[in-house]
Amino acid sequence: MDITLNQVVFFVVAIFITVFSVLTVTTSKILRSATYLLFVLFGTAAIYFLLDYTFLGAVQLMVYAGGIVVLYVFSILLTNSDQSMNKKLKMSKVVASLVTAVAGAAIVLFILLTHGFVPTASAEAGELPMTVIGEALMGSGKFQYLLPFEAISVFLLACIIGGLLIARKR
Amino acid sequence: MEIQVEYYLIISTIMLFAGVFGFLTRKNTLAMLISVELILNATDINFAVFNRYLFPEQLEGHFFALFAIAIAAAETAIAIAIIINIYRNVRSIQVKDLEEMKH
Repeated sequence: MDITLNQVVFFVVAIFITVFSVLTVTTSKILRSATYLLFVLFGTAAIYFLLDYTFLGAVQLMVYAGGIVVLYVFSILLTNSDQSMNKKLKMSKVVASLVTAVAGAAIVLFILLTHGFVPTASAEAGELPMTVIGEALMGSGKFQYLLPFEAISVFLLACIIGGLLIARKR
Repeated sequence: MEIQVEYYLIISTIMLFAGVFGFLTRKNTLAMLISVELILNATDINFAVFNRYLFPEQLEGHFFALFAIAIAAAETAIAIAIIINIYRNVRSIQVKDLEEMKH
């Protein structure tokens, strides 16, 4: 059984994501939590690259790692929320949450591993060409996404206006 | 030997339930928002993986993940604007301090 380079990269990324997503929710400093979130987002982008969805990975890196994490860091520093993270939780609440998360994960993993997915394509089908993405994004036919694209643009405009209205000084 | 579909789904499951655990245990609204980001990312991975392995003819999963990223970015921006506004009024973003939502 040969181990290919793809598999090595995949397992490294898998361990990376697992460790950092657990650290994100267990660390007691919120700035560290945001940094670990950044690492998880990098790992997600690496998974998109492994699936040969290069465009999706680039979008993930630009929007999440470049934009959202900066917003988080700014708002953490603006709201001075580091002291408020040290409040002790009730032990019963932590245990209840842990049981919920572990039980949910166990159920989902059980269903997932006993379902038996039938892959119809290989992941090594090659990179998705940019022209295909562009035509699907800009076309108005079946399986083409011009309407959601326009809806998203209006939605982003609405979000800009909403953000300005909420955050302005009165 | 290729990487199985299940391996990707195991990673996204762990990420999703780490997010659920964080959402239940955190008391700071910003930390809760970070947990929500973990949950959203796990679903995006699932869309991309299902599209790649199970339904490769069309690009539904790819574009759903793309639009979900855009919507998550907008949602985060609005949520952070609300949180900063709350901080300006209440001087705290702890969940227990947010009892009165009206003036």
